[in-house]
Amino acid sequence: MTKMMYRDAVLSTIMEEMERDPNVVVLGEDVVGGMGTAGGPEAIGGIWSTSTGLYGKFGPTRVIDTPISESAIMGAAGGLALAGKRPIAELMFADFIGVSLDQIWNQIAKFRYMFGGKTRCPVVLRMAYGAGYNAAAQHSQSVHQILTGMPGIKVVMPTTPADVKGLLRTAIRDDDPVVFLEHKALYANTGEVPDDRDFMIPFGHARLSRAGGDVTLVSSGLLLGFCEAVADRLAGEGIGCDVIDLRTTSPLDEETILDSVETTGRLVVVDEAPPRCGLAADICALVAHKAFSSLKAPPQQVTPPHTPIPFARELESAYLPSVDKIEAAVRRVLAWR
Amino acid sequence: MQLSRDALLAAYHRMKIIREFEERLHIEIQTGEIAGFTHLYCGQEAVAVGVCEHLGVEDKIVSTHRGHGHCLAKGCDVDDMMKEIWGSRDGLCKGKGGSMHIADVTKGMLGANGIVGAGAPIAVGAALASRVDGPGENGLKVAIAFSGDGACNQGTTFEAMNFAVVTQAPCIFVFENNHYSEHTGVDYAVGTAGDIASRAEAFGMKVWRADGTDFFAVHNTMREVLDYVRAGNGPAAVEFDTERFFGHFEGDPQRYRGPGELDRIRETRDCLKNFRKAVTEAGLLQDADLDAVDTQSLAEIEAAVTAARAAPRPTAEDVLADVYISY
Repeated sequence: MTKMMYRDAVLSTIMEEMERDPNVVVLGEDVVGGMGTAGGPEAIGGIWSTSTGLYGKFGPTRVIDTPISESAIMGAAGGLALAGKRPIAELMFADFIGVSLDQIWNQIAKFRYMFGGKTRCPVVLRMAYGAGYNAAAQHSQSVHQILTGMPGIKVVMPTTPADVKGLLRTAIRDDDPVVFLEHKALYANTGEVPDDRDFMIPFGHARLSRAGGDVTLVSSGLLLGFCEAVADRLAGEGIGCDVIDLRTTSPLDEETILDSVETTGRLVVVDEAPPRCGLAADICALVAHKAFSSLKAPPQQVTPPHTPIPFARELESAYLPSVDKIEAAVRRVLAWR
Repeated sequence: MQLSRDALLAAYHRMKIIREFEERLHIEIQTGEIAGFTHLYCGQEAVAVGVCEHLGVEDKIVSTHRGHGHCLAKGCDVDDMMKEIWGSRDGLCKGKGGSMHIADVTKGMLGANGIVGAGAPIAVGAALASRVDGPGENGLKVAIAFSGDGACNQGTTFEAMNFAVVTQAPCIFVFENNHYSEHTGVDYAVGTAGDIASRAEAFGMKVWRADGTDFFAVHNTMREVLDYVRAGNGPAAVEFDTERFFGHFEGDPQRYRGPGELDRIRETRDCLKNFRKAVTEAGLLQDADLDAVDTQSLAEIEAAVTAARAAPRPTAEDVLADVYISY
């Protein structure tokens, strides 16, 4: 095991997979950084430090610094994949799916189906997402609810450095298109990461980060840590929480959620995306359909309100789910009847 | 370089197959037997064939909203194409794609596209893949981005052109200017007075222009373009001036056409007639040679339609197949 930051788990996994497989190619804005400047290539190695050193090691044909052209980046990733490569395309901010959505949604996600299963499109679309930096409405969003609703792509949302390592390796080796969502506020978090260069975590297998038995909390990303904080706080009162880290929202590990709710009878889903037609609502519906008789209280959703993400510190704090809001929801389901 | 007799016959055969494929669909669609939207390539055959006759299976093409011609020119099977348009589970895409999303990646044909202008970035990606592989015996593998005059106005096409120039990707942007983007004239919709090649030039590419109704003009131009791109000089663009004989989609009343326009272009701008005139006047082929190809092509299309009508239909279970490789 090696202790490393979430962002270093991203970079080291890409580095290892590029060494292993010459078909793995990286492209994105400033993934080299400094091209065409006095500072020269790698003057800045990517704004998230998740591509530092790749260009020097693998050169310009495999590490492609792109203009600010998100449609072209996503489209080129699709074309690279149809032509036999395994591209990892970086979208600097997940919010930029807005300018490149056709290539993700109408092209990459649908190639295999539209072409009768006679092709594969092994792309990894990495995107930095999430609020907490006062970056306001166009640089803070959680886009998984949009992408999870698209048949043909898989959606991964790692929470820990170890999960970054295991899930990103799975994504790179997967033959289907994968969106890999990296939470900006987690990049500097550290954790123990297995050294095995074949360490992989299969998609569709959630992680039980706390086992309690009285109430089920489901989340991922930054808010998973908030759920763990609530669980730790309530443990002092003798209240046990199951905290489930989804890891992937497509495919979704229904079984782990249902198994937990069948024991606890109480569900709180915590999600950073807006509430309407969202992941939290989807999971509540799943439980209502498949574990109705186990429920002891109405499932609760803790999400931001149905608004854009505001700028000012006070406003963003009020917008985001917090430890206190999650704790209040847990107490509501515990107090039911 | 003079084409051999066999090469001339092969090129004519491919153009004629496309023509008869489309003429037959024009008739069959009116019976209601074929579902969905269909956009016919009739009139533009010399472009698809003049381009693709130069390509190997390792070269990629990305097609357009009007994709049947590109598919057939790149080697997609005629029967499988017809079955796909009929929606059979034995179709080229198992009845999942239909006319607008037809593809055969094994032939280097990366798809027609339901989204106008979506193809160019995909072609740049295929060209970047070629750059990773490096040159082979015949130089670099290329990727062709076919685009119409409609697609040339999409931002994706602009992004793709700039990206290709920046990365010096072996990508060729083939613009088929048939003068109409859907129901709107090119003089209105393309701000550079209908001139597409000058846009590509402004992005920093070497460009060519040729008459897209003259197979030999297309073929000779593409030889120059391909020599240039395969040698590693970066991307290039070509604008072919061509005609479409049918509407934007089947059922389009074409009220935007001028009086007698369709008769005139069928008479004077038909690439098959032009081909026949050129090769017979030059004594390269006889009318009888071409008549034999005509007869054979009609028989092949007839057989394809018969096979498509008899081909098995997909079932409800097929809906669920091929979304993912594993899930």
